[in-house]
Amino acid sequence: MSNLAVRVEKISKQYKITQRERYKTLRDTLTNLSSTFITKIHKSYRNSNGHSNIDDDTIWALKDISFDVHDGEILGIIGRNGAGKSTLLKILSRITFPDAGRVEIYGRVGSLLEVGSGFHPELTGRENIYLNGAVLGMKRSEIDEKFDEIVIFSGVERFLDMPVKRYSSGMHVRLAFAVAAHLDTEILLLDEVLSVGDIGFQKKSLSKMENVVSAGRTVFFVSHNMAAVQSLCSRVIWLDNGKVVTDGPPEEVVSLYLKSSISNQTEQVWNDFSEAPGTDNVRLRRVAVCPEGETASDVITIRTPLVIEFEFWNLDEEHYLDLSIVITNEQGVTAFVSFPLNDTLWENPFPRGLFRSCCYIPGDLLNTGIHRITLRFVRNNRFLIYHMKDALTFEVLDSPERRRGWYGKIAGAVHPALKWTTMKLDE
Amino acid sequence: MKSTNLSKNPVTIVQPVKGFNALDLKELFQYRELLWVFIWREIKVRYKQTILGASWAVIQPFVTMVIFSIFFGRIVNVSSDDIPYPIFSYAALLPWTFFTNSLRLGSNSLITNSTLITKVYFPRLVLPASIVISGLLDFCISFIVLLGMMLFYGIYPGLEIFFFPLFLFQVVVVTLGAGIWLSALNVQYRDVRYVVPFLTQVWLFITPVIYPTSLLSGPMRVLYSLNPMVGVIEGFRWTLLGSIASGKIIFGMSALTSLILLASGLLYFRQVEKDFADVV
Repeated sequence: MSNLAVRVEKISKQYKITQRERYKTLRDTLTNLSSTFITKIHKSYRNSNGHSNIDDDTIWALKDISFDVHDGEILGIIGRNGAGKSTLLKILSRITFPDAGRVEIYGRVGSLLEVGSGFHPELTGRENIYLNGAVLGMKRSEIDEKFDEIVIFSGVERFLDMPVKRYSSGMHVRLAFAVAAHLDTEILLLDEVLSVGDIGFQKKSLSKMENVVSAGRTVFFVSHNMAAVQSLCSRVIWLDNGKVVTDGPPEEVVSLYLKSSISNQTEQVWNDFSEAPGTDNVRLRRVAVCPEGETASDVITIRTPLVIEFEFWNLDEEHYLDLSIVITNEQGVTAFVSFPLNDTLWENPFPRGLFRSCCYIPGDLLNTGIHRITLRFVRNNRFLIYHMKDALTFEVLDSPERRRGWYGKIAGAVHPALKWTTMKLDE
Repeated sequence: MKSTNLSKNPVTIVQPVKGFNALDLKELFQYRELLWVFIWREIKVRYKQTILGASWAVIQPFVTMVIFSIFFGRIVNVSSDDIPYPIFSYAALLPWTFFTNSLRLGSNSLITNSTLITKVYFPRLVLPASIVISGLLDFCISFIVLLGMMLFYGIYPGLEIFFFPLFLFQVVVVTLGAGIWLSALNVQYRDVRYVVPFLTQVWLFITPVIYPTSLLSGPMRVLYSLNPMVGVIEGFRWTLLGSIASGKIIFGMSALTSLILLASGLLYFRQVEKDFADVV
């Protein structure tokens, strides 16, 4: 077994919820005074009765967290906002201290908590590389050595001698990330670092992170990007309300987390016209997704052909109407967009009345995972008149028939069954 | 199986901070490079986008000296112990300007760097310390003007000049002490922002910048020298201008209070430091 990198032993951290910043009037102060007085009496009464003195205005950001991390492990930390992820990283980086428990850290810790906070707007890019590097704990000689690499990675060569206050926010963030990404510590803390820059830069960051990960360093990776967590981490901890819910292999923990946070919504019905969602032009009556020929409650696997049904009232007869659906997967990637083609009703101004539209999605097309459907009504090819985000949510489960012995995550927004032919050419 | 740890990596223990926190000199030494970087940043940034730049370091004490000389030297005719009033007040304004500027910037140093404090670990003392130390550059620039004035008035220091470094050291100690106190208090109580200008104003009147210590006598004078800046300014005048030394008691008392100010500041700072990131 490899060496211990970090041992977290029963740490807890409590925060007081105070209203210090609130504007107070004299009257408020007086009423607060009298109520504090009463609470105090009340508390001492409770204490004398043997009850513990629990402050109602405190929250446990972390409660009794314990785990070990070994050299070279890439630990993903996931959970809702406020689950305690950032507090945990702050304790590991010694910015704040636990109220109970103990952490042992073997090695230097570098953190990339919100990159760029060490920048000074009046200094140039070049000066800020040195400043930020020093703040992150790099020696001057280390920075000298990596200077060119940092500059090339950031892509701001031409603006190096300009004060960073004149940088665009993108340049600012890229330079900051570049400095932080070249930190050479045994343990690295990453908090939502992949959410910076444009897509090109994000790709570069991701591959940089893959390098870091493969270099055998110990990494703590906090992210809401489940795809990144799954592809980078070797182990995942799911925190909720300051406690560890699950600790285990990424696939397992991430899918448990996703299941808990997203409930399938395969059908929505509005029988009462006046309360149905929509506008003066169109109004929905029912939306549903179900396996073809079955009901909405049935299981959907990667092989199942699906029908998406929409029932709606059209209240306006003069205009062309268009309906489109957007299917996105759990990483927020759009798998595809579809609208009615070769469906004659849509090719003329749309008549008034109640309609049902069905969209058929063949089996063996979508990949596994949770999918959401967004609905859009467009008038005269131009004006978005109504749109309903996440109207439906459904999960496509795996099917062993398509697996051929490989059990990892199969990449891609879609996973279609395509026609292949292979023949032997030599005799 | 329990994993063994044979790693050569340094071990850091993070646990609840309770009770007394001694000053961690070893850690401060480890972070000396960061201190230099902050000092360098401070110097680089201080006069950015100003027209007059570093000459502000001279303008401030010099203009004050001119005004003092006109009003107190000429009109009110304040005694200056037989030293020309302009150089008498300028020698005091040097440490005084260093002191007040450092307090003004130093008391805000933790607040203005709050984004750093909540994101990265380093000994927080580095921040107020870097402000005070970087102020020494301004001090040196304005000191050149004093040398010019000494030539002009034909005042040359005697052997006392060898004691000058002591008083320079003392003003750094006093400024660090007060700066550390105020910066730490400012994290918790933003009242400090209003207190500092007021404090330095009041402090000016109980410090012999405008007038000589010889105006006071007996027990008043001893009480007066509890103010650590009294010893500093008396020391500056004595070692540089050869004014009459105000006696061992005054120097001793104010040296003592200077050290107490610094020691208590460090102590207080260390006790509240752990909460900075949560409070700031």
